[in-house]
Amino acid sequence: MSDHAPVEAPTEEEVRQMTPEEAMIAGAATDDIHIVHRRDRFPIRGTKAEQRSERGVALCFTISALAGVAFIVYFIVGKWHWHLPGTTQSFALYTPILGGTLAIMFLFFGMGLVLWAKWLMPEEEAVQDRHDVPSTEEDKLMTEATLLVGLEDTGLPRRGLIMRTMLLAGGAFATVPLVALVGAMIKKPGDRLFHTLFKPNPDMFPSSNGMVPIVYSDWRPVSPDDLEPGGIATVFPGVRAKTPEGYDGVTDASSPTLLIRLRPGQSVKPRSGQAGYGWPANGPEYLAFSKICTHAGCPASLYEQQTGRLLCPCHQSQFQVLEDAKPVFGPATRSLPKLPLAVLEGEDGRQYFYAVHDYPEAIGPAFWERP
Amino acid sequence: MSSSAQTRKRGEPRTRQGKAGKFLDDRLNLAKPMRTQLNKVFPDHWSFMMGEIALYSFIILLLTGTYLTFFFDPSMGETTYNGSYVPMQGIEMSRAYASTLNITFDVRGGLVVRQIHHWAALLFLAAMLIHMFRVFFTGAFRKPRELNWLIGLGLITLGIIEGFAGYSLPDDLLSGTGLRIADAIMLSIPVVGTWVSFLVFGGPFPGDLIIGRFYIAHVLLIPAILAALIGAHLALVVRQKHTQFPGVGRTEDTVSGERVFPLYAAKAGGFFFIVTAICCALGGLAQINPVWLFGPYTPSQVSSGSQPDWYMMFLDGSTRLFPSWEIRLWGHTLPPLFWPTVVLPGILFTLAGAYPFIEAKMTKDTKKHHLLQRPRDVPVRTALGCMAITFYIVLFLSGGNDIIAKAFDISLNAMTWGGRIALLILPPLAYATAYRVCLGLQRHDREVLEHGVETGVIRLLPNGEFIEVHQPLGPTDDHGHGRLGYAGTPVPKRMSQLGGGSPLKQIRGFFYPVKEKPEIQAQLDELEAGGNGHAAIEGSDAPKQLTD
Repeated sequence: MSDHAPVEAPTEEEVRQMTPEEAMIAGAATDDIHIVHRRDRFPIRGTKAEQRSERGVALCFTISALAGVAFIVYFIVGKWHWHLPGTTQSFALYTPILGGTLAIMFLFFGMGLVLWAKWLMPEEEAVQDRHDVPSTEEDKLMTEATLLVGLEDTGLPRRGLIMRTMLLAGGAFATVPLVALVGAMIKKPGDRLFHTLFKPNPDMFPSSNGMVPIVYSDWRPVSPDDLEPGGIATVFPGVRAKTPEGYDGVTDASSPTLLIRLRPGQSVKPRSGQAGYGWPANGPEYLAFSKICTHAGCPASLYEQQTGRLLCPCHQSQFQVLEDAKPVFGPATRSLPKLPLAVLEGEDGRQYFYAVHDYPEAIGPAFWERP
Repeated sequence: MSSSAQTRKRGEPRTRQGKAGKFLDDRLNLAKPMRTQLNKVFPDHWSFMMGEIALYSFIILLLTGTYLTFFFDPSMGETTYNGSYVPMQGIEMSRAYASTLNITFDVRGGLVVRQIHHWAALLFLAAMLIHMFRVFFTGAFRKPRELNWLIGLGLITLGIIEGFAGYSLPDDLLSGTGLRIADAIMLSIPVVGTWVSFLVFGGPFPGDLIIGRFYIAHVLLIPAILAALIGAHLALVVRQKHTQFPGVGRTEDTVSGERVFPLYAAKAGGFFFIVTAICCALGGLAQINPVWLFGPYTPSQVSSGSQPDWYMMFLDGSTRLFPSWEIRLWGHTLPPLFWPTVVLPGILFTLAGAYPFIEAKMTKDTKKHHLLQRPRDVPVRTALGCMAITFYIVLFLSGGNDIIAKAFDISLNAMTWGGRIALLILPPLAYATAYRVCLGLQRHDREVLEHGVETGVIRLLPNGEFIEVHQPLGPTDDHGHGRLGYAGTPVPKRMSQLGGGSPLKQIRGFFYPVKEKPEIQAQLDELEAGGNGHAAIEGSDAPKQLTD
């Protein structure tokens, strides 16, 4: 406490005369730590209460050791290989038993330590001075002078030229790592976000006049007969050649497209200029929209065929397919981009879907460069 | 060190410990600084353990994380899975996902360590946040501790980033979806958004670099900064000494409690193992992030009910609630995503960081404070804190509004609108309520100080009036009103807190009374007779009760 008189450190001779406890208390006092309350919990040795406390702590440590042994044994002999459900499930206990034995081992070790402190070690309350005294005025003045004279010694206040050129060089130092790192990592977005792999490619698909075939994730071409009325399918551009990042039509993040077959009686109110994007062009029954939500890029994939609503499960944007995937609820602002469909006859005589051209606008979440 | 020498004779130490002590002291001059540290006093209060939990879970994260690096392959290279988990056999996936499956199914005990790591991460962030609440509501952030408040805020921010990076590493469907949302958030930044996205991913999303980049950030860069900040945080606690609640003998100039060695060290060390035990129990018994059920990431798939880890849910909630307000100007777009994911957390963290300075300015308080305040005694701050927490909870719950809608059969759209309205209405309501509750508690404290504790004893006065007898807490004036003032400490309000229990001496023993040996019983009786029941208590100037 602050009213404690400053403690004089005892002499060596005085310390030698003290008991260990007195020496400990004197040592603390020289650091302004005053032990104001100290009580042996068991001043009479060997009472039943003391023995019980000691046994309790020892029991904790014993349980901890046993749990550790149990962990090791079960780690080695426990069945842990995964099997198909139904064959044998004995492995299912492996992780819980390992975690459980570990938990018991640590819990009882920790409890042993805490109970040892609470039950057996002497009860104590010590008071330490905070010594939160502000720097003295002398100290502040002398430190200030040290800084000032040091600065004066460098001559910087008088030599403006050195100051300015040094700041210039310092600026360069600071910029160099930034430029080196950012410069190494930077990639020009260019128009990459504005087109997908549905972009017509006459070199790759000469037979379809450059139109990209539409395929499933296993590269089977998509035919109108595949879908029941009201059905949907996730489809991709049938481009097998890899992009510079190593993605093809099925794995590229901009590709996923939702092909929807309307139920009989459903019709679509098209966007201006995109009336002919569905198939058949007059009175479309099949529509294809980008599956990538225009809000945050999740695949919008929960389709309610009765109402024509499409829900993105990430942030619950809802799109009305019958109004050309217009957002009707939630945080999305833009309609899902629509892919113009065409159907050509394949070599096997069946009809297959193609993309007439790329999406007319950027797919996915909006960004600054988008109009 | 001389204190270990029982004989205290001059000359060279003869015991092994004495020799070791001399060896070290000859080289490092340790005797005094080490004694000072061993004697350092830490105050004790249950609320101080939140920061400890955060520290201990960080240590658990380092240990389990190091284990995981021995088996994890942070590569987006394609591979075909041929491990022992049959449902995934033959499926194309990244090496990162395949090695996560291997840790789960083909490394003996790998799954339990992976789950302990994940649970410890959730605990780390939760403990930091609750620790921050503790510091806020008790005013521990006030001068001179504003810098440590800022360091703590930096720790929470980095912890969230660190957690998200780790969550993304397995490259499973759930975390890949989170990563795609992160890409959309980067894209939403005005002017530089697309450049930021291409810089982070090394090209269009997802590219083939991101897992490797997140990996080195997750295992080296951010943990190193976290460790350095934790070091600074603790160094400041040691330098400025811990705050404590006011109480008998506790002043602004002192700190009272237990010394580090042995009491505090034993308790804190024991608590570390207890926290470890909780993480192990969760990791073993409570499944978390079962990535093998989600499958590898593909941009075309998502599972319904996708939730991020809890510390990201407030951002998910704000994203769900924010209206579809898109700004289109001069051929440019400012997406609605920008406001709830970049601007809102920016404002929240800036306000939190500025709060100590704002409060000091508004209250014109330039003094140093080492004693804590009870939340009821600072109603405005407490109410502001409740307001902020309510705001956070509405966002947090909205992050799972689809789960709530499904569980309680509520319309999803109603949940969204409910969240929007609640976000505006509930925080002011929480402010008003908390403010009134604080005032009520304050008044009750003063009432008890003035009139005493209710005893439950009813007395019939000669004039027929019934009164309840009150036990005054201290000296009273002529009217029987207590003279004790309020001192910022809890006021006892029940007779049991005043020692008003049974006066009978308790008989120890469960089945039969414990019988001590006659010679021990004699000593006990002597001890009892020699004192006033607190015989062994000694002040600094009372006769010393030696241990031996």
